[in-house]
Amino acid sequence: MRRRDQRLAMIGIAGAVLVLAAALTFAGLRESVVYFVAPSELAEKAEPGQRLRLGGLVVEGTVRRAEDGAMHFSVTDGAVQVDVRYAGVLPDLFREGQGVVAEGTWTPGAAFEAQRVLARHDETYMPREVAEALKERGEWKGDAPP
Amino acid sequence: MTAGALIYTLMLSNPFARLDPAPMQGAGLNPLLQDPALAIHPPMLYLGYVGLSIPFSLAIAALIAGRADQAWAKALRPWTLVAWTCLTLGIGLGSYWAYYELGWGGWWFWDPVENASFMPWLVAAALVHSAIVTERRGSLASWTILLAIMGFGLALLGTFLVRSGVLTSVHAFAVDPQRGIAVLVLLGIAMGVGFGLYAWRAPKLMRPSGFAAISRESMLVWNNFGLAVAAGVVLIGTLYPLIVEALGGGLISVGPPFFNMTVAPLLAVLFIVLPLGPMLTWRVGSVGAAFARLAPAVVLALLTLIVALVSTGWRAVPAIGLAVGVWLIGGGLVYLWTRLQRGDGAMLAKIVVLPLAVWSMTLAHIGAGVLTIGAVAETGFRSERAVALSPGEGVAFAGRRVTLLEVGDVDGPNYTATRANFRVDAPGHSRRLSAERRFYPTAQAPTTEVGILSALDGDLYVALGEQVRGGSGWAVRLYHNPLIHLIFLGAAMMALGGLLSLVVLMRRKRSEP
Repeated sequence: MRRRDQRLAMIGIAGAVLVLAAALTFAGLRESVVYFVAPSELAEKAEPGQRLRLGGLVVEGTVRRAEDGAMHFSVTDGAVQVDVRYAGVLPDLFREGQGVVAEGTWTPGAAFEAQRVLARHDETYMPREVAEALKERGEWKGDAPP
Repeated sequence: MTAGALIYTLMLSNPFARLDPAPMQGAGLNPLLQDPALAIHPPMLYLGYVGLSIPFSLAIAALIAGRADQAWAKALRPWTLVAWTCLTLGIGLGSYWAYYELGWGGWWFWDPVENASFMPWLVAAALVHSAIVTERRGSLASWTILLAIMGFGLALLGTFLVRSGVLTSVHAFAVDPQRGIAVLVLLGIAMGVGFGLYAWRAPKLMRPSGFAAISRESMLVWNNFGLAVAAGVVLIGTLYPLIVEALGGGLISVGPPFFNMTVAPLLAVLFIVLPLGPMLTWRVGSVGAAFARLAPAVVLALLTLIVALVSTGWRAVPAIGLAVGVWLIGGGLVYLWTRLQRGDGAMLAKIVVLPLAVWSMTLAHIGAGVLTIGAVAETGFRSERAVALSPGEGVAFAGRRVTLLEVGDVDGPNYTATRANFRVDAPGHSRRLSAERRFYPTAQAPTTEVGILSALDGDLYVALGEQVRGGSGWAVRLYHNPLIHLIFLGAAMMALGGLLSLVVLMRRKRSEP
């Protein structure tokens, strides 16, 4: 091959790889984007089977273990409470009365089925989405959560 | 001129150095962080981030001076290697810590903060390779400069993401929006100056490249291309939630499936090409000859592919992943072998005198293969089970029988703990294991101290949950993580490869005054 052809071939392959990467990126973003909702938005925004992040405060006194061994707790944004079911071990920093983000799916009439529960390393931490949802609801009590 | 640029960029970098360490105040260190591996992890990452400021400074200096020759690349390489090696160690230790301390049974979560360290790592890895081309052949200078600028930019961006709390992550220790803005301003200045200078001065540094489409250089170009595209994809996935939110599209997050489906194929392609690189000569090489020598590795990889396909019931993705890992290791071994064929004399003597540079490169590449096998095996074949056990009760799991012996209270130096003792019976032997739930009164925080039993085929990983069945039983989560130690071994090999390479460069420097 002449030099020019070689160069063209290299550029061609690079272009093909880039196109492939871009296609993967778009397909991946479409498939794995997870929307964040507050408990009061759940009913209107959730489609059955769609993966969502539900954020809010864990309602005091609602954390319990069901017969089948899964954990249940309620999450609130001050307006609506949603029952969450989680079949795993809750993170160490999970606490009643504090912010939490549960990732999973929801079908009307059933508990929110969480596959992942996020509470942070920082014990005074409030997930940002939760803070925003609470601010929207007027439930926010200052920048330093109790 | 050069000195002026160095002083200028050092002033740019210094505020960064002063503002980064997070003051931890208050009632004791967060108990999750009270761990030796974690004492080394942040300083290592930090060294890696700050280390990237030196290639950046050198790049700025080269742009201002309008000169980026082989001597310049020679000065650049050790600093890039230091940064890359520190990042490798820092990320590896962080992953290891997450694995045994967090109690989730995983080692990588595609969390924004993890991505924040992974992007500079990818770019630093590209820079390590492109600087070789610039030093040896004098070409790719302007690309090397661009990488150095981007590497530092991504390190600053990482600092911004970690400190500002704009992305919800399991990390974010000292979230402080003001400090975040300071880093963002710094990022803006550094990248504005960097890219501006690059656009203005880099055309002067362009040189016709004297290499063919098939040569050592072109392979290193492909390596850089692959790493840079991977870094770009991770960047898009990490920043996408911010972009969507800024455009009023609501709050979203991008999950691990995105990164798995984009980064894994890119890295697979990169790794398939990788073993060819060292086999080709500079300027013009022959793919046919390289493949002929790599034949044993090809056979080995294909065998792995077939065996894995058949034994996993035609699960293509993990089978391809394992084959790619074996191909990398095989390629590294074949390269060592061909180097040993050169010259005369006894094999043992030749092993001893083999240049350290050969060892360092091969070790890092084989390390990438070892890590690939571990990551694929762990991701593809892990098993997980949640059970409730009362003392004396046992359960069959992953070819073993796990029995809860007893649960009791123990006191530690600054915590109280509930400790559960288990007996694990595998065919041929029986071992003990204990897992704890600790409570730190000063921080009012509980932590999980998992029990890990390592065997050749992987780890048995036991996390103790809460009391169930009205206090008579305990929730226990069992994981079997096949070959997970290969992940950390691979990372350690890569870091050691970087370290050895650094030794080579230091020696070379000493020998030429």
